[in-house]
Amino acid sequence: MKQLSTKVTSNAHGQDSSYFLGWEEYEKNPYDEIKNPNGIIQMGLAENQLCFDLIETWLAKNPDAAGLKKDGHSVFKELALFQDYHGLPEFKKALAEFMEEIRGNRVTFDPSKIVLAAGSTSANETLMFCLAEPGDAFLLPTPYYPGFDRDLKWRTGAEIVPIHCSSSNGFQITESALQQAYQQAQKLDLKVKGVLVTNPSNPLGTMLTRRELNLLVDFITSKNIHLISDEIYSGTVFGFEQFVSVMDVLKDKKLENSEVSKRVHVVYSLSKDLGLPGFRVGAIYSNDEMVVSAAIKMSSFGLVSSQTQYLLSALLSDKKFTGTYLNENQKRLKIRQKQLVSGLEAAGVTCLKSNAGLFCWVDMRHLLDTNTFEAELELWKKIVFEVKLNISPGSSCHCTEPGWFRVCFANMSEETLDLAMKRLKEYVESTDSRRLISKSSHERIKSLRKRTVSNWVFRVSWTDRVPDER
Amino acid sequence: MDLLSRKATCNSHGQDSSYFLGWEEYEKNPYDVLKNPHGIIQMGLAENQLCFDLLESWLVQNPDAASFKRDGQSIFRELALFQDYHGLSSFKNALANFMSENRQNRVFFDSNNLVLTAGATSANETLMFCLANPGDAFLLPTPYYPGFDRDLKWRTGVEIVPIQCLSSNGFRITKHALEEAYEQAKKLNLNVKGVLITNPSNPLGTTTTQTELNILFEFISKNKNIHLVSDEIYSGTAFSSSEFISVMEILKNNQLENTDVFNRVHIVYSLSKDLGLPGFRVGAIYSNDKDVISAATKMSSFGLVSSQTQYLLSSLLSDKEFTKTYLRENQSRLKYRQRMLVTGLEAIGIGCLKSNAGLFCWVDMRHLLSSKTFEAEMDLWKKIVYEVKLNISPGSACHCEEPGWFRVCFANMSEETLKLALKRLKKFVDNGALTCSRKKTMTTISNWVFRLSFHDRDAEER
Repeated sequence: MKQLSTKVTSNAHGQDSSYFLGWEEYEKNPYDEIKNPNGIIQMGLAENQLCFDLIETWLAKNPDAAGLKKDGHSVFKELALFQDYHGLPEFKKALAEFMEEIRGNRVTFDPSKIVLAAGSTSANETLMFCLAEPGDAFLLPTPYYPGFDRDLKWRTGAEIVPIHCSSSNGFQITESALQQAYQQAQKLDLKVKGVLVTNPSNPLGTMLTRRELNLLVDFITSKNIHLISDEIYSGTVFGFEQFVSVMDVLKDKKLENSEVSKRVHVVYSLSKDLGLPGFRVGAIYSNDEMVVSAAIKMSSFGLVSSQTQYLLSALLSDKKFTGTYLNENQKRLKIRQKQLVSGLEAAGVTCLKSNAGLFCWVDMRHLLDTNTFEAELELWKKIVFEVKLNISPGSSCHCTEPGWFRVCFANMSEETLDLAMKRLKEYVESTDSRRLISKSSHERIKSLRKRTVSNWVFRVSWTDRVPDER
Repeated sequence: MDLLSRKATCNSHGQDSSYFLGWEEYEKNPYDVLKNPHGIIQMGLAENQLCFDLLESWLVQNPDAASFKRDGQSIFRELALFQDYHGLSSFKNALANFMSENRQNRVFFDSNNLVLTAGATSANETLMFCLANPGDAFLLPTPYYPGFDRDLKWRTGVEIVPIQCLSSNGFRITKHALEEAYEQAKKLNLNVKGVLITNPSNPLGTTTTQTELNILFEFISKNKNIHLVSDEIYSGTAFSSSEFISVMEILKNNQLENTDVFNRVHIVYSLSKDLGLPGFRVGAIYSNDKDVISAATKMSSFGLVSSQTQYLLSSLLSDKEFTKTYLRENQSRLKYRQRMLVTGLEAIGIGCLKSNAGLFCWVDMRHLLSSKTFEAEMDLWKKIVYEVKLNISPGSACHCEEPGWFRVCFANMSEETLKLALKRLKKFVDNGALTCSRKKTMTTISNWVFRLSFHDRDAEER
């Protein structure tokens, strides 16, 4: 239809991908403990539902914040009129301090370098508009968050060139993978404007190592390009190691006031750490004045509601609350992740060792009929329609190896997670007796035996299948 | 700098225009009745501050709405997690009904055809992304809201070609002007994708007439690839509901439901002007085209309305007693306040375009210009900002074809402040401190003689 723009008529919003189709199936038949106990359990939604009680308690003790009052008198009018794209100063200050707290107060964030946006979805798109022309490319390590295809490319015209990461080294970014991606972009005649990483990673649930961060900073220095670090999951780190931000690395390398530091930008949001995706609170942090200046003007297209800024400035200014919250959040996420990992192990399924995030990166390669994405999709369909679990197939995250799935653990109760694990175990055990192993699969299983807890024999059933579209 | 995009480094955000510079001056020296009584009075901000008392008493009577409670139960978790770009259905229903009420229920809005966005700023940009490709053009009647240069063009790459409207007929859109604009676009090799009007108009403060709407609909019926976007953000500020005609009504009255025109007419709305809530970022796109709705809904991911705000406003707008009272009071207070400005200006010999809506008047200061040029308009504007200490918006910032017109807001201050502003202006005019062209127009009430002071001045950039 030539009446509408090509953005509308093409599929570049990426929402026909399986990532979203799984959601649709879930919507048709959602699990409910009482009303629909045989429904699909949602394990494809990276939400943090573990600490709402803490926020609700705070709200009950501090009714003025939601009630649009300050010291008992109404600030409604003030807030109703406040549309300044520089943002509510108290909120930016509290947000900057919160970001510092998450990083152990090892680095400082200057509130004047913060640009608020309606969620990190808006922040990421805005950064693309600021840093790239239509047709320019950003390099992203795979696997990556499926939403990036829409957020970074759709309306901006920017391209994504993948940095291929593989299971052979735990999906870490290597120098050769970086260089290869850069060269691939050049082959495609695309100008590389930067690298974008999510740290901690979605979907891996791992933190970037210092080695990887140093590699990235060195790389962008030599190529004179940007580095965007989407640190939306920074507050979900629960391992023994502390979270290392790209800001830490700049500081340690004494690059804080250097020219390179102007090309390093951080994206943040309260959707994952605080579990408030509905409130649409995101931020860009940049040392480049021009980027901040342009991004602020662009934020007009997605400002944060002043009502919400006010509530959250009160919440985040309460240091007692933030300290307790971050601590508890960590603890609860750690317990919940353990529950998922051991539940999977009991089903003979392993994960990538993770220490952050709201999900695990699960290895189901041994359950594939063949080492192909068609087989991955078949397995995924079985898991959605038969096991009744909505999980995210690795292909939707652009993983280069079939058989990996992202499984969320923080968006449901303990009981529901237990049930999900039970269903999976039952499925795997019933499939055990039905599967034939081909020679190559058998060898693969042998090498997996060191990691899997239980041993079993598979019969692989070969059926002629039309390869599904991804 | 090659490192950043052209969008980041160029000036097409339009924010170096005088429209924004006047704001900056105001920020440096803002009027305050106690703390800074000689400061600049802000008359360049189209805010509606006249009915906050009604909103505040509603909030006091309905504390649950802001406190995440429904029937006494906390729904905090539900709202915290709610990021569905289809929007809170209770809010969309309430908003659709409110829009219908604003048009005296002469038309009906279906909430399924509504897309929520973070303000009309976001709605307008999103519509451009949906309807036009980079390099395509939209025709806009001048004068128009300065923000459109940024909202419609900056990141979308869309061009604006003006439909030149003149004072000779009250700035009405004529068939001739519309066709000329279309021809001009063709000359510039631009593919015209649509016409965008603001109805009621900013900065004119007038409702679009039936004649103008007929011209527009005839135009898009003839040209089948052209859309009509009607930004009806000021619809609730029409002093009399019967005088505001929405494009929705034309669709209905002309029975266009089963024609292709039906899918090419889109409305933008917002609660920033009618309800005076610009801080809450609530806008909407309304369209009968399923593909537009579908794409715009996905694009709204880049600017969703906070669920906290959606919930508060769904409660507010679902209260029919409140909305009825509010719309009526709002209209009457705006009308009263506009009268105050108009009569005050008349007493100084300054006329306005006869208006029946909006939060501002379109003021005729042509007789105060030293010459019939935009340079003279800039000079006059600077005097008014720096000497009279009133921040008003010069017509050139609104792309007006004729120098000497200014937009002056009246709903963003108290009555006392408005009176003071008029007093200051009168004093200056009476003292002959403002230059006047030798032509006297019929609109002036008082006579005076000015001494023209000629200074050599560099032509100011618009």
